[in-house]
Amino acid sequence: MADAALNTGRPLLRVDGPLKVTGGAKYAAEYDAPDLVHGVIVPSSIARGRIVSVDTRAAQAFPGVLKIFTHENRPWGAHFSVFFKDPMGPPGKPFRPLLDGQVHFSGQPVALIVAESFEAARDAAALVRVSYHTEAHKTDLEKEAVHAYTPPRTRLGVPPTPKPTGDADRAFASSPVKVEATYRASPENHHPMELFASTVVWGADKTITVYDKTQSPKSVQIYLKAAFLLFGRRVRVVSPYVGGAFGLGLRPQQSVFLAMLAAKALKRSVRVVIPRDQMYTLGYRANAIQTVSLGADEDGHLHALKQEAIAATSQYEDAQDPMLFFSGLLYGCENVKLAYKLAKLDTISPCDMRAPGAATGMFALESAMDELAYATGRDPLDLRLENYIDYDQMEHRKMSSKALRDCYTQGADKFGWSARTAAPRSMRDGRDLIGWGMATGIWDAALSPLPARATVTLTADNRLEVTTSVTDIGTGTYTILSQLAADAMQLPMDRVTTRLGDSSLPYNPTQGGSWTASTAGSAVQAACEKLKDKLLKHSHRTDQASLTSDPSVEFVTLLNVAGKARMEATATITNLPFGKKFTSATHSAVFVEVRIDEELGAIRVTRVVSAIAAGRILNPLTAQSQIRGAAIMAIGKALHEDAASDHNLGRCMAHSFADYHIPSNADVFDLEVIFVKELDTEVSPIGTKGLGEIGSVAVAPAIANAVFHATGYRVRELPITIDRLLPGLPL
Amino acid sequence: MKRFRYMKAVSVREAIGIFAAEPGAALMAGGTNLVDLMKYDVSTPTVVVDINGLPLHDITEQPDGGLRLGALVSNADVAYDPRITERYPLLSSAILAGASGQLRNMATVGGNLLQRTRCSYFYDVQVPCNKREPGSGCPAKTGLNRGHAILGASPLCIATHPSDMCVALSALDATILVEGPRGVRSIPFSEFHRLPGESPERDTTLEPGEIILAVDLPLLPPSMGYSYLKIRDRLSYAFALVSVAVLIKIDDRIIQQAHLSLGSVAHKAWRDKDAETLLVGAAPVRAVFKRIADRLLDSAIAQEQNGFKIELAHRATVRCLEQAAAGTPQSQANKRIC
Repeated sequence: MADAALNTGRPLLRVDGPLKVTGGAKYAAEYDAPDLVHGVIVPSSIARGRIVSVDTRAAQAFPGVLKIFTHENRPWGAHFSVFFKDPMGPPGKPFRPLLDGQVHFSGQPVALIVAESFEAARDAAALVRVSYHTEAHKTDLEKEAVHAYTPPRTRLGVPPTPKPTGDADRAFASSPVKVEATYRASPENHHPMELFASTVVWGADKTITVYDKTQSPKSVQIYLKAAFLLFGRRVRVVSPYVGGAFGLGLRPQQSVFLAMLAAKALKRSVRVVIPRDQMYTLGYRANAIQTVSLGADEDGHLHALKQEAIAATSQYEDAQDPMLFFSGLLYGCENVKLAYKLAKLDTISPCDMRAPGAATGMFALESAMDELAYATGRDPLDLRLENYIDYDQMEHRKMSSKALRDCYTQGADKFGWSARTAAPRSMRDGRDLIGWGMATGIWDAALSPLPARATVTLTADNRLEVTTSVTDIGTGTYTILSQLAADAMQLPMDRVTTRLGDSSLPYNPTQGGSWTASTAGSAVQAACEKLKDKLLKHSHRTDQASLTSDPSVEFVTLLNVAGKARMEATATITNLPFGKKFTSATHSAVFVEVRIDEELGAIRVTRVVSAIAAGRILNPLTAQSQIRGAAIMAIGKALHEDAASDHNLGRCMAHSFADYHIPSNADVFDLEVIFVKELDTEVSPIGTKGLGEIGSVAVAPAIANAVFHATGYRVRELPITIDRLLPGLPL
Repeated sequence: MKRFRYMKAVSVREAIGIFAAEPGAALMAGGTNLVDLMKYDVSTPTVVVDINGLPLHDITEQPDGGLRLGALVSNADVAYDPRITERYPLLSSAILAGASGQLRNMATVGGNLLQRTRCSYFYDVQVPCNKREPGSGCPAKTGLNRGHAILGASPLCIATHPSDMCVALSALDATILVEGPRGVRSIPFSEFHRLPGESPERDTTLEPGEIILAVDLPLLPPSMGYSYLKIRDRLSYAFALVSVAVLIKIDDRIIQQAHLSLGSVAHKAWRDKDAETLLVGAAPVRAVFKRIADRLLDSAIAQEQNGFKIELAHRATVRCLEQAAAGTPQSQANKRIC
C-alpha cells in the first residue's frame, strides 16, 4: 500500500475538530424550522398488558398543546400494516409505537404530546392518565433461561453461529484437564453524549428534510418513505454530525418514527428528543448466561471447546448478535461446539452495542482460557501461544492476514508481562493487591454487506469535494476520507472537502460493523482513480504513468486543458458474500493491570495496553482515539454498567447517570495503544480492516482475569462490583 | 415539570413569610437537587422562592472559637476556605469526596443538608414510593436494594441520605441554626435529620416555615486526627455505598476522644455516641477498632441485595479509624485507599 503517501497513515488532526469544539457542528435536535413544534413521549409504567384507556383531557387542555397521539387516534400508515418491515431489524415483528393498545415493555411510548413549545409538551405529558389491564410479565433472564431456544431464522448481516466440528462432548469427557464454568453479563444501555433526536422539517414544496441522529441516513430515508407512504415527496435525511452512536443508531429509532408521524398528520415541522431518562426504552445490549467447557491435555493443548450462550430477546423479535461466531477462530481445536440460544422477555428488543455479541462472548471464553491457564499451570499468554492457529478451522480457509502473534509479543513487551509472577495474590504494593491479566480479542474485518458509492469532484479552483451518504459517528471518517482523496489526487489536505451524512449524497449504507473506513475509503480511492483516468482521457495526455507517479503534477491543469469547470467520478464498492477464499478478522491482545484494596475491594484499572492488528492504519491519531474510547467503554462493561431491572415491576430502574454508572475520568488511568504492522492485500482495496469494535472486545475479560490474579477469586459476572468481589477478600 | 411561580426573597423574614404562608412553596438556593426533582415531577412546588439574595453567604468566626457557615456559602467555598482546611479538614475532605467541581460551585451548605435521597424508586414517578407518595408502597423492599439502608430503616422506607458533607458535620457535632415563624432556634446535628419511621416523607425535624440560616462548627481540641473514607461503585462522581468520617484525639498512644459517623447506611448520618465511649482510654489498635465497628453495626439489618454493605461498613470503619489514628487521612485526589 502507498504508505509513502503524504497524508494517509499520518497522525493528522480531525478536519471537523474545530467545528466540534466551537459549537459549529450542528446535531439533529439543534436544527430549527419555522413554526417548529415539539413532541414529548409518555412512556408506559407497566411491562405487559393492554391499555384500557388514555385520559388526555387535562393534557389536551394545557396551553400550547396541539395534538395528542395515542393508539386510539393515530393516523393510518403503512407502518401499521402487516406488510411493514424494518429492514435493519432481526426476524420478528418490529415494534411500532402507538400501533395498538398492547404493552410489550415498560417505558413503551403510549402517547405523544405535540405542543408549541417543548416545555408545554413536557408539562402536559405529566397530565396524561393511562389505565391498564396488567398481565403477568417476565423480565428475569435467570427464570426464563429454561425456555431458551435456538432462533429459527438468522438475522440479516449477522454471521450464523458456526456448525460443530468433531465431537466436542466426547473430547471434553476424555480430556485430562477440564474447565467448565458459567459466566453472566448484565444488560447495558446506550448513553452516547448526544441524545437520540429527530427534527422533521415539513417543506411547502413537497420536500421533507429530516435531521436525525442515525448511523445511516440512507436507511432512515428508505424506511420513512416506505413506512409513511411518502413516495410523492422528496425525503432527505441529514446527519452530518453524530455525537456517538455505538450501534443504537443502526435501526430507525422511536424519535424519527414519532416525529414523522406527527409531522405528516399536522403538516408541520416537528422535533422529538428522547430524554436521558428514557434512553433505556430504546434497546439494550442483551444480558447473557454462558457456559464454557474447555478440555485440554496437561500442557493446556485444547481438545474440546464448548460454549453455550443464552441471551435475552423481546417477545416480538429474535434479536441476535455474533456472540459465539468468533469462539472457534482463536485457538486450534478439533472439537468445537457452539450453541447460541435466546430467551424471550417482556422487554424492548436488545440492540447492537459496540462489538455486539463478541464483547460478551469473548468475556466468557477468555475468562475460561484464563481458568485453563491456572488449571494447567501455564502462563496465560503461553497458553494462548500454545494453541495459536493461523487459519480458519471452522470454514477451512486461510486468513487474509493474522498478526495476532505480534500483538501478543509487542503487547507483552510494552506491558512488561515477563515480570509477572504466576500465583494469585503474589503481587502487591502495601494494601493494594496487584493483578496482571490478559485476553485476546477478535472482530470481523469486512466491507459493508451492501454496495457503497462515493463521488469525487474536482473544480477549476483546484478544490476536490468527496461525497458519500454515510455518517461520521465520531470515528474520524471525515478525516480519513480527506486523507485518502488528497493523496490519490496529489493535493494538500486543505484543498479537499468531505461531505457526509446526507441521504442525497451517493449511496453508502451504514456506519457500523467496523466496515466504514474500508468501504467508504475504498470507494473514495476508486472514485479518485476513475477521475484521474477521466482527466487524462479528456486532456488527451498519453503519459499517464509518469503523471500519476509524479507528485508535483496538479490534476487541475488537466481540467483546464480539457476546458472544463468541473469533473466528477463515482465508484461503487461491492462485497460479494460468496466465493470468499479468505477469512478476515481484526485481532487484539490486551494486557491490564488492576490494583485492588485488599479489604475494601475498590478496583483501579491502572494500566491497559491494547496491541491491535487491524491492517493498514489510515490515521494513527483517530485510530488511537477509537481504541482508547473502546477501552473506556469496556472498563464500563467490566466494572460499572448494569441496566438493572426490578423484576417485580418489570422495569429497568437505571434511568440516570446516578443509577447507570459509566467510567468517570478518575476510573481511567494509562491507556496505551500499539498498532502492529499487518499487510493485507485481500481484506479491502485499501488494506484496512476497521477499528470500531476491536478495541472493546478483550478489555473486559482482561480486567476480569487481572482481578483473579490480584485476588485469587474468580468473579464470573459482569460488572465486577464490590458486592461481587467482597466474598473473595477474606480478612 | 409542573408550572410554578418564581419569587425572589430579599430578607429572611420575607422568605419565612412566604414559606410559612404557602404550603406548596420550595426554597431554592443552588438548585442542584431541587431542579432535578422538579424536572422529574418528584417535587411540584407551586412557588419557588429564590433565596440567593439573602445575607447568608459568609463564613464567620464565633465567640467560642468555632466557625459559622452561612446557609448560602457554596460547598466549594467551604471546602477551600483556609479556615476550614486548617481547622476542619474533615469537612473539607468530605465535601471534596462528593459530586463534581461544577456541582460544588452551585450547591450550598443549606441545600446540601436538605437534599433528598437518590433511591431510584423515589425518582421515578411511575412507580410507588412511600417517601414521595405516602402510603403508595416501597418497591425497593422487594426490588433493587443493593444501595439501601442497613441501619435505622423502617418497614415503609429503606432509603439513605446521600450527603457526604453531612457525615462530616455529624462527626463534628455541628449545630443547625434555623429561623421560623416562631423565631430562631438551634438544632443539634444529630437531631436535624430523622429516621423514616411512620413518615418517610419527612427527612428533617424542621417545622413548617423554618429555614436554615447557618451551620455552626464547634471549637475542636487541637491536633485531632481525621479521615473521610468513601467507598463507591466507581472512583469518582458516585454516591457512597458506605462512607465513614472519623475525628480522633490520641495522646500517649491512648485515645482521648473519638467521633465516628457512617454515611449512606441510613436515613441520616449514623452516629452512636455510646459506642464511641468504648474507644476512650483504649489503645489505637486494629482490635479495638474492630470492636467498635462490631458495636456500631450490631443492629444492622440487610435487605436481599445489600448484606455486603454491613461487611463493607465494618471494614471501612476500621480502615478509616486506622487512617485517622495514623495521621494519614484519605486523599480525595489520589484514589488509592491509604
